[in-house]
Amino acid sequence: MTQDIMQILPEILLAGFAILALMAGAYGGQDKIAQPILWATSAVLIVLAAMVALSAGETTQAFGGMFINDGFARFAKVVILVSAACVLIMSEGYMKTRGLLRFEYPILIALSVVGMMMMVSAGDLMALYMGLELQSLALYVIASLRRDSIKSTEAGLKYFVLGALSSGLLLYGASLVYGYAGTTLFSGIITTAQGGETSLGLLFGLVFVISGMAFKVSAVPFHMWTPDVYEGAPTPITAFFATAPKVAAMGLFARVLHDAFGNAVSDWQQIIALLSVLSMFLGAVAAIGQTNIKRLMAFSSIAHMGYALMGLAAGTAFGVQAMLIYMAIYVTMNIGVFAFILLMEKEGQPVVEIGALNMYVKTHPARAYALGALMFSLAGVPPFLGFFGKLYVLRAAYEGGLAWLAIAGVIASVIGAYYYLRIVFFMMFGSEDTTALDQNRGGILGGFVFASAIIMLVGIINMFGIEGIAAAAAATLVQ
Amino acid sequence: MENNLLSIVTFMPAFAALILAVFLRGEDEAAQRNAKWLALFATSVTFFVSMFVYFEFDPANTGFQMVDEGEWLLGLNYRLGVDGISILFLMLTTFMMPLVIAASWDVKTRVKEYMMAFLVLETLMIGVFVSLDLILFYLFFEASLIPMFLIIGIWGGANRIYASFKFFLYTFFGSVLMLIAMVAMFADAGTTCIGGCTISLLTHEFGSETFSLMGFQIVGGMQTLMFLAFFASFAVKMPMWPVHTWLPDAHVQAPTAGSVVLAAILLKMGGYGFLRFSLPMFPVGSEVIGPLILWMSAIAIVYTSLVALVQDDMKKLIAYSSVAHMGFVTMGIFSANQQGLDGAIFQMISHGFISGALFLAVGVIYDRMHTREIDAYGGLVNRMPIYAMIFLLFTMANVGLPGTSGFVGEFLTLVAVFQVNTWVALVATTGVIFSAAYALWLYRRVVMGDLIKESLKAIKDMNAREKWIFAPLVVMTLLLGVYPALILDVIGPSVAALVENYDTAVAAADAALQTAASSN
Repeated sequence: MTQDIMQILPEILLAGFAILALMAGAYGGQDKIAQPILWATSAVLIVLAAMVALSAGETTQAFGGMFINDGFARFAKVVILVSAACVLIMSEGYMKTRGLLRFEYPILIALSVVGMMMMVSAGDLMALYMGLELQSLALYVIASLRRDSIKSTEAGLKYFVLGALSSGLLLYGASLVYGYAGTTLFSGIITTAQGGETSLGLLFGLVFVISGMAFKVSAVPFHMWTPDVYEGAPTPITAFFATAPKVAAMGLFARVLHDAFGNAVSDWQQIIALLSVLSMFLGAVAAIGQTNIKRLMAFSSIAHMGYALMGLAAGTAFGVQAMLIYMAIYVTMNIGVFAFILLMEKEGQPVVEIGALNMYVKTHPARAYALGALMFSLAGVPPFLGFFGKLYVLRAAYEGGLAWLAIAGVIASVIGAYYYLRIVFFMMFGSEDTTALDQNRGGILGGFVFASAIIMLVGIINMFGIEGIAAAAAATLVQ
Repeated sequence: MENNLLSIVTFMPAFAALILAVFLRGEDEAAQRNAKWLALFATSVTFFVSMFVYFEFDPANTGFQMVDEGEWLLGLNYRLGVDGISILFLMLTTFMMPLVIAASWDVKTRVKEYMMAFLVLETLMIGVFVSLDLILFYLFFEASLIPMFLIIGIWGGANRIYASFKFFLYTFFGSVLMLIAMVAMFADAGTTCIGGCTISLLTHEFGSETFSLMGFQIVGGMQTLMFLAFFASFAVKMPMWPVHTWLPDAHVQAPTAGSVVLAAILLKMGGYGFLRFSLPMFPVGSEVIGPLILWMSAIAIVYTSLVALVQDDMKKLIAYSSVAHMGFVTMGIFSANQQGLDGAIFQMISHGFISGALFLAVGVIYDRMHTREIDAYGGLVNRMPIYAMIFLLFTMANVGLPGTSGFVGEFLTLVAVFQVNTWVALVATTGVIFSAAYALWLYRRVVMGDLIKESLKAIKDMNAREKWIFAPLVVMTLLLGVYPALILDVIGPSVAALVENYDTAVAAADAALQTAASSN
């Protein structure tokens, strides 16, 4: 029992911290202590990330296989924890000036992170669902954090209704899988499929489970909620949606497909490939007409999920490695871009129109070039790190026998390049007259923009060693 | 032998750009002057260091020399090196860049960023020519789009936004198909090392058995598909007819220095790519597609020469003439014999000097009159005798007058293609006549006649700076025209080795086809 507890210690610590913070908030002054709670939460997240990163070791299981602690889970957890901490730190200034800094906010983030950590470690359909719902419920609430804004509440409601639907799909799929496999443990499901033939019922269950998870990563055709929620939610929360939950959902995706259905690769490969190609193209085409940078980033994230799924579709250990690296790079880029969006202000009010960036280079040349580098990186143009992410998934897809998917992927990336270039165009090529945005000191947000841009350029030397770690992590997942 | 010389040459300009970015503040007069001088200094030093590469280079050795390598991501290698094919492109780049910087002395807006863009661009262009790793090559090749996109977009003419997007997306689309082929090559050969390793792509034989794909018989198999993917990229970059339409737009809108770099160096990346990848790595694919490319080149030469004839914008005219001259290059390359390859490389180097000089010459009068309309000029010889002289020299070189470097390349490629396909040679030779027509007509309309336009009455001849920029180009054009061995001796052995490998591979594939046919 104590051994089981030791395995799940980071999750327990974080949950315990969240409950303590809740008590402190409720009895100790409510929103007045929101700021200390936010900083404390960030600190706890970073400490836990270090703890998880340093606890490298064998693959172990807890609670009879319900909870798996392996290299894959640790990799995903570190990315989730670090990105959540970054977003919390970024959001402090924005939330404070707009009176949104309620003490529930960091606590809800912490709770959703607990759910995400459960998701990537799940070894059982029930543990999976538990983690997923804990994460989702916290996110529904955060989406409508700005209670007096119609858009924000609309975002929360939409997210909730569609999310509940997808949870229903997933549960229905899980019940079918349980019915045909006779167990909810992944290690049990995988032996059922071992006989060569996957039974029709199991296949049906698999399809429903995949649909449910595709909703969480906002892959087409389960993406409809993404632009509205991204637009409606306050910007720091959009930044959060675009980073940590995506990593968690992708991790969960890989976990289920390989741990539970690793013997039925040919059955799910086509489904994932289709999700991937649709996401890449819809993300690329639909973003072209956007004038709101948050909506644009929503479609951009849909396209990026398509590329990450391409790695997964390969069905190999290298594919999982490619997916992990892609997600790590994606998260780094998005943190930089959202830090920039948080800096976009006009007379103190947030601005999200792309047109407002006109000749931004006049007032903030360094920051404009940093965002330019991030945009080229998002578009996958070398020499930036985003290109290497694409290279990994393309190679995985090609070697997994999906050459057509790789070709479709690069064509979509050319279409997508257009709207990233358009932002560069607004910032740098515009006419000389207007600079619509306030001149502000970057502070910590500027630091995030620059750090992210520099990582995109310097990272190509050796990717800070995450290549080897991701390879080891993928090897623990795919046997 | 460990040798860092190439890495130093490659990254020195980028390092200078970094210094500019970090240490130079402000937009005042002094800051602008510092930026210009630092950029000129950096590019000149790069040229002098590259002279060491040139003198250390041994033409008789057909392998890669001065290899500098290290571990990199994903099983890729950081590998730089030069052989007889790449060294002259490296020299061309380092030679042209100080002239380009000097030609930009009158830039007034955002000088620091302008110089940084050109310095970074130089690093990327050198990198393309010296990288010996497939993905490293792609990285430099693609990354060069970014500074060029900014140069056209920020310092370009009235319609610069359309031109910059067209330039970027057009070439990006061509290149991503090449990326897929590179991934396939990596999977097939298990290495991305271009040459000189234990397993390298230049010695690896890619599958050439015919197979059917979606009902089509693919003659030449994998090689043909990979060839086509690379072709998509290099043909756009060259640019070849009919995917050349981005070039006139980009040239017209780019600032003078941007046009010079584009014409003199960036276009050569496509030709270099054909020589480095398409021909030696996919000989069977080249043999299958080659005849088609010969005809495309012939069409390009005639068609774009005719199009050039009716242009009323000087830069557009020279841009179309570039496309025609690149037609000679592709024609020479896919004749796949010694004269053809010699001629193609010679033509590329010489075109680098000549077209660069022509764009500079347009820049000289554009700086004075702020128009590129041919009709706005006339009779310049009366006020600008030196300019008239220099412009005449390069016009003649562009036509291919014997005694200038333009002649050697055109002649060699025509000799080469005559041995392979007489009809193509016939069509291409008529193109030479058209090129004389548009070039001489342009010269007559701009320089000769009486000076009747009121606005031209006060125009001044070239100043000392402009003369100094043209001086090295004049020397090189005449020198190479009368003593072509300067180039041919350097590239000869490497080209001979390439041709020999190509012939062996094609013969082997033919023999395999024969045995397969007889056994059936």
